[in-house]
Amino acid sequence: MNLTLKIWRQKNAKAKGGFVTYKMENVSPAMSFLEMLDALNEKLAKENRDPVAFDHDCREGICGSCGMYINGHPHGPVPAITTCHLPMRYFSDGDTIRVEPWRAKAFPVVKDLIVDRSAFDKIQCEGGFISLDTGSAPDAGSIPVRKRDADTSFDAAICIGCGACVAACKNASAMLFVSARISQYALLPQGRTEARERAGAMVAGMDEAGFGSCSNTGACEAECPKEIKLTNIARLNREYYKAY
Amino acid sequence: MNKILFSSVSMKFVMALAGIFLLLFLPVHLAINLMLLKNDPEPFNSAAAFMSSFPVIKVIEVVLFAALLIHLFYGIYLQIKNLLARPVRYAVNTRTKVSFFSKFMIWTGLSILIFLVLHFFNFYFIKLGLVPGNPEDFYSHAHALFKIPAYNYIYLGCFILLGLHLFHAFSSAFQTLGLNHRIWTPVVKVLARIWAIGIPAGFALISLTLWVSR
Ligand code: SF4
Ligand code: FES
Repeated sequence: MNLTLKIWRQKNAKAKGGFVTYKMENVSPAMSFLEMLDALNEKLAKENRDPVAFDHDCREGICGSCGMYINGHPHGPVPAITTCHLPMRYFSDGDTIRVEPWRAKAFPVVKDLIVDRSAFDKIQCEGGFISLDTGSAPDAGSIPVRKRDADTSFDAAICIGCGACVAACKNASAMLFVSARISQYALLPQGRTEARERAGAMVAGMDEAGFGSCSNTGACEAECPKEIKLTNIARLNREYYKAY
Repeated sequence: MNKILFSSVSMKFVMALAGIFLLLFLPVHLAINLMLLKNDPEPFNSAAAFMSSFPVIKVIEVVLFAALLIHLFYGIYLQIKNLLARPVRYAVNTRTKVSFFSKFMIWTGLSILIFLVLHFFNFYFIKLGLVPGNPEDFYSHAHALFKIPAYNYIYLGCFILLGLHLFHAFSSAFQTLGLNHRIWTPVVKVLARIWAIGIPAGFALISLTLWVSR
């Protein structure tokens, strides 16, 4: 495939960025989006030009670092996958692909497509944990948990903190991320104990970081690579009201 | 304390409560307005008189105005904050498929506000004596207004916008209040549709009937 890439280039947080156009020839449909960017960077390096900076680590959809806004979709146009899992066969020969970084006040651009997502870490530090001494893992099944609760908690726990929910939301709201964290703990006996403090503290952290509020539009759910559900946001709201 | 009262979640909570109050008021207003379709002015005028004199209703009226103002100001405040949460916009517009109406709540809401201002001038301010008119005979006054084509255009346009607002508002309020249920949420969604179509349709019916008749 031959493709035209329009990629957001920005030297650093302060610099004014803009789109730069690159022609890519002979892109294999079997490549992932990141491999295609690797190929571009190799080409740029050979030409002694500055490679495109983008974040990546696991390349198997679990670390959450590879977020980028591709043709109007966080993680590209295919539902329920991360950018590293996005195969090029979903694009057609001759396509123009526009790639931008996440846009949110709380996620400032570091360079090109890399944004600083440490606002998520700060929210996490506010209460996204259970204050227990970690000993060795207890026996499975030693504390009874309803199957439905265990499943719902697990479905929330698979959030990878990628920030696509923020990127997709018209309000740049982090509610889906925070709600996943709150649900993950609130449904389990170990997490219940601190559920109140957790909801209050994490919402305060979220507001402080400069994320918007939720208008129940559902863009986050539609774009989340881990299909985290909006029902978690209703649970977050409930937990928050219970906290006061 | 302020952190709690004015957190994004608390503000949405208050907005949802105020919104639900406004939602409940609509069928009451519609029921009274339907009396305009009768040939006899008496039932409508006495209902209007009752609404402006009965003490309990007076209290509800104060709550209603408070709800309206809170819903309005919180809505505008949160909208501004939401815009500030993304100072640099995307170059490519979003292609995410979402509920269509939820994207325009601020705009549908603000157009309803314009209608309300007009409505206050036409009726409420007459009652308060701020605008000339006979508060004892709103029936004839309403009939006269519905004879003006421009008034009907604005009226119908605003109720379409109200319908669009309600389409998202109803079920969204429940989600904000944390009321989500495997069985009841789908029921709420159906109820929301009935509300969003039924109420504006009722008001529109009155406007059209009075416009066309005579
Ligand atoms: S909720 Fe989904 S989109 Fe948001 S951070 Fe978690 S995995 Fe990413
Ligand atoms: S690189 Fe880890 S999720 Fe994509």
